[in-house]
Amino acid sequence: MAGAPAGSEARLSALVSVRRRQIVALGLGGSALATAVLLAPLVGSTSISLGRVFDSTVPFADNLDAQIFFIARLPRVLSASLVGAALAASGVVFQALLRNPLADPFTLGISSGAALGVILTLTFGLSLGLAGVPAVSMASFAGSAGAVAIVYSLATVRRRGLSSNVLLLAGVTLNAFFSALILFVQYLSDFAETFRTVRWLMGNLDVASYTPIVVAAPLVGLAFFAFAWLPRALNLLTFGAESAATRGIDVLRIERLAFFSASLATGASVALGGPVGFVGIIVPHFVRLLAGTDHRVVLPASALVGGAFLIICDLGARTLLAPQELPVGIITAVLGGPFFLWLLVTKR
Amino acid sequence: MLEAADVSFAYNGLAVLRDVSVHVPSQAIVGILGPNGSGKTTLLRLLAGTLAPGAGSVRLAGAEVRHIPRRELARRIAVVPQETHLAFDFTVLEVVLMGRYPHLSAFQVEGPADVTIARDALAATGTAALEGRSFASLSGGEKQRVIIASALAQLRTSPNVAFDEFRVLLLDEPTTSLDLAYQLEIASILRRLHDSGPLAIVITTHDLNFAASVADSIVLLRDGRVHASGPMLDVLTADAVETVFGVRADVRFHDRAGHLNVIPLARVQ
Repeated sequence: MAGAPAGSEARLSALVSVRRRQIVALGLGGSALATAVLLAPLVGSTSISLGRVFDSTVPFADNLDAQIFFIARLPRVLSASLVGAALAASGVVFQALLRNPLADPFTLGISSGAALGVILTLTFGLSLGLAGVPAVSMASFAGSAGAVAIVYSLATVRRRGLSSNVLLLAGVTLNAFFSALILFVQYLSDFAETFRTVRWLMGNLDVASYTPIVVAAPLVGLAFFAFAWLPRALNLLTFGAESAATRGIDVLRIERLAFFSASLATGASVALGGPVGFVGIIVPHFVRLLAGTDHRVVLPASALVGGAFLIICDLGARTLLAPQELPVGIITAVLGGPFFLWLLVTKR
Repeated sequence: MLEAADVSFAYNGLAVLRDVSVHVPSQAIVGILGPNGSGKTTLLRLLAGTLAPGAGSVRLAGAEVRHIPRRELARRIAVVPQETHLAFDFTVLEVVLMGRYPHLSAFQVEGPADVTIARDALAATGTAALEGRSFASLSGGEKQRVIIASALAQLRTSPNVAFDEFRVLLLDEPTTSLDLAYQLEIASILRRLHDSGPLAIVITTHDLNFAASVADSIVLLRDGRVHASGPMLDVLTADAVETVFGVRADVRFHDRAGHLNVIPLARVQ
């Protein structure tokens, strides 16, 4: 920007033009995501090449590489990108709303709430869909919204917002509570069912068709559409609700929109990939290190980087112990646990 | 002008303010004084429109504050809280630019005019050199001045005129956590702003000498009621200090300071 005085650091000139930082961050995040989506499906028990996948001279029915790419591996990669983007963006929104850098769908117990909804539906075989949205997704959203409502009422009862201690204890308690209910439901179900749900509860992206993606994508899309209205208000909420109000924000409306849309994104992603942990903590903090704090940059960039991040984690899950496949939640927890502790020690 | 007429307010059935009236004319600095728990901050919130009075009305240029849309109100009344703690760190210039929120539409980003306004506001509070610093790294006094700059940026319509119509700056206990030098600095910033255009400044404080050094008129609050209000020299008397604060004091005009000076002597039993 022409107005920036010389010598006041490169960061400053970047700071002035938010648009330019948005373009750079979205360009880099978008390329990372696109690269991950294209390259991750090439890796696996059978090696395939990108050239042969997109070789138009061979018909699809005879192109084994293309079949492996599009039928066997791409659905899983796309699921990872959708779940990663939804969880990372929800993490940003929860952190800004609760004014706490340790908040995320997993640590707050919101993912567990969604998981309980999913497991109840699966175990009791409820299959009532509404307007094309299957019961599993609706139960998942209901579970996450219920958990969010508990966290939100805790945050508003204590008017100054939640301290880290209270928030983390609330998250631990909610997680324990929902886990107990999940165990209870499992206790009632048969052995094979229990095995499947345990796998799923570890965060599992073993998606073998496009159907679950087609279900989840519009819900995540709707949440992201709502997210588009939030970033500037989230910046001002950093000052606290009352200050934000005196600066022209309709705080109640913004909080409701944010909680609703972040619950929706969390619910949809848990219905698709199970409660994958820590993505909403790791990715936003990484993005802030590179791009500053402005939510107009951090929120969209976190969504893109979150997608790429979970694809890479899932790639690790598929290949580290091949031919065994690990649930991706184990990878993110192994990375996220120590990172979370480090944040806990350094940020507060 | 900004005016509270016979406002009352209760938190959970507990009366905090009763029949309080305050008149804030253009180009005035009004001090709201009283001991802890006398209702100063609640009165400031009512004036800011973040609380609605249980009875009575708060009017800005004749219109009820609670009926003025948030964004429009934010362009005319800005609030500087007692302390500002950011959940996430921003640079100083980013913090001041956030004052421009009520002037921008939903997806608009700050343009060169907004940056000029932000830099002018930083200059007006003596913090221009800090613009690239991280807000969290500032001292308490520096933070306070940057937040005042952010409030000024919020009240400006265009870079060319200081304040083209009546604006209000509300400050809640602006010097509580500041040392002497910063208290003087804040006082001189407020006096300069007062001279710069149609800006009214309202300060809550229990620091009588700070109030005496900046305010033209004061409102003395005691147990949620107005004990006395009017020009500083008429209202801030030894008798008033004794009644409102329960402290016997010597109140006299200090020639070298150029304002009243309150010397507390003893607590009244």
